[in-house]
Amino acid sequence: MKNYVIIGGGVASVACIEGIRSVDKEGKIYLICGEKRPTYCRPLISYYLEGRTDFEKMQYRPADFYEKNGCELVFATAEKIDEKNKTVTADGKNYKYDKLLVATGSSSFVPPFPGLSDVKNKFTFMTESDAESLNGVINENSRVLIIGAGLIGLKCAEGLAGRVKSITVCDLATRVLSSILDEDCAPYMQAVLEKNGISFMLGDSAAEFNGNTAHMKSGGELEFDVLVLALGVRANVSLVKDIGGTVNRGIVVNEFMETSIKDVYSAGDCAEGYDASIKGNRILALFPSAYAEGFTAGANMAGESRKLLNEFPLNSIGFFGLHVMTAGAYVGEMTEIKTESGIKRLFIDNDKLVGFIIIGDVKGVGIYTNMIREGTPVSSVNEEILINSPSLAIFSPEIRAKILGSVV
Amino acid sequence: MKKIYVNEKWCLGCRLCEYNCAFANSGETDMVKALKGKPVKPRIHVEEDGKITYAVSCRHCEDPLCVKSCISGALSKTDGAVKIDKNKCVGCFTCVLVCPYGAISVQEETAATKCELCLSNSCGSPACVKGCPNKAIVYEER
Repeated sequence: MKNYVIIGGGVASVACIEGIRSVDKEGKIYLICGEKRPTYCRPLISYYLEGRTDFEKMQYRPADFYEKNGCELVFATAEKIDEKNKTVTADGKNYKYDKLLVATGSSSFVPPFPGLSDVKNKFTFMTESDAESLNGVINENSRVLIIGAGLIGLKCAEGLAGRVKSITVCDLATRVLSSILDEDCAPYMQAVLEKNGISFMLGDSAAEFNGNTAHMKSGGELEFDVLVLALGVRANVSLVKDIGGTVNRGIVVNEFMETSIKDVYSAGDCAEGYDASIKGNRILALFPSAYAEGFTAGANMAGESRKLLNEFPLNSIGFFGLHVMTAGAYVGEMTEIKTESGIKRLFIDNDKLVGFIIIGDVKGVGIYTNMIREGTPVSSVNEEILINSPSLAIFSPEIRAKILGSVV
Repeated sequence: MKKIYVNEKWCLGCRLCEYNCAFANSGETDMVKALKGKPVKPRIHVEEDGKITYAVSCRHCEDPLCVKSCISGALSKTDGAVKIDKNKCVGCFTCVLVCPYGAISVQEETAATKCELCLSNSCGSPACVKGCPNKAIVYEER
């Protein structure tokens, strides 16, 4: 009987358990959870602020999941891996493994701003306890400054909207959501956020703090009561780095999710695996990728040899009812359509759909995602339907009969 | 496991499946009360390519990408059917982004809408199949 140890309690770890159990029903699984709570849905913390969910509903799996899967939850912080004796030390105890998954995720990156240590109400926005602490200090008089107009900063802003006096978001980038939107698409999202009372200072950020005053790089000043630091994340790589494992920005893994250390796997936000959209390794800090990586790692830890070669960036996010979905790479020839509620940009390279940005009408977007995943030649489908209203109508009746008539 | 299959050669494009689906999932016992003057929110939809029509609903995949991608743990596969817990869903629509069939839809802001084979409503078996006048939608083992 195999002994599995999983470090980290995020989605990749649950996926790993499900991956292991899809192959091996017997082996013992230890899940070492530094956050000292079972896996919950981290991206939902902004909905918690909004009052649309609660910590109980945010549980990722039913309460009996761990027991049903023969998995012992260990609420402790993993301190080190001994790759020779194949043990993990957590809170002074040793856990023996045959196969180990490192799914330590990432941590908020906070630059050493001068004066930051004297700011009283400052928060990062990654975990349930971050959200709980932030929720505990805000009131209708709070002036909130959020540094970072990325996914985390803006979801935080949306969650706080209507509950505080003012929200200002600053970012050195000149546009919102700069990691997923180009210059022409970002203003659509900025407009809906502004319409809902959120102010922006783009191309500007805090240089230093003096009590509750932010001195901006542009020379301006801004008073605030609550500060949220959403400048990005860094992969937690130290456990693997400490034992000489190959580490770049993340823990480098091959297509089997193996690290350079024998019998040690990695998945999720800490892992740097293959991104098909750039044909190279990159951290894909995204929920669906974390699941796919974790599941693949789990199945392989249990004895399979599955390759994961078709992951690529995928984002679906909404603000105040305006949805944006993005995928892949924005290269090749662009086709643009302006719709009533937004914009659509499709990127086609060498007869393949390689990426898209869609704001507003998101009906049938999965058809696009599937074309990227499968590498379906654009010339093999009805291009007019593809561009205007994605549906299975892009295919010939014969292909469609196969899609809808067969067991999948 | 029985699933819904379509035979597009026999689809008339009448959209009765959409109405029957919306009614079956409305919780109402009277069709007029359920649908008159209200937005129809079916979990099956009719598509067309200009000449041909056919209905699309959840395929209840063996390896469902929607379940694996769901950021709220709202989607799960139990007894062969992909189900949604609307209480847990926050309406991020990652499922819409990943469904290869375009079978999950945005009908309300707070949660995604998808076919559950009428297993949890009073209909008991798929209303779209029962009401299809030309047997273009069937519920069978394949």
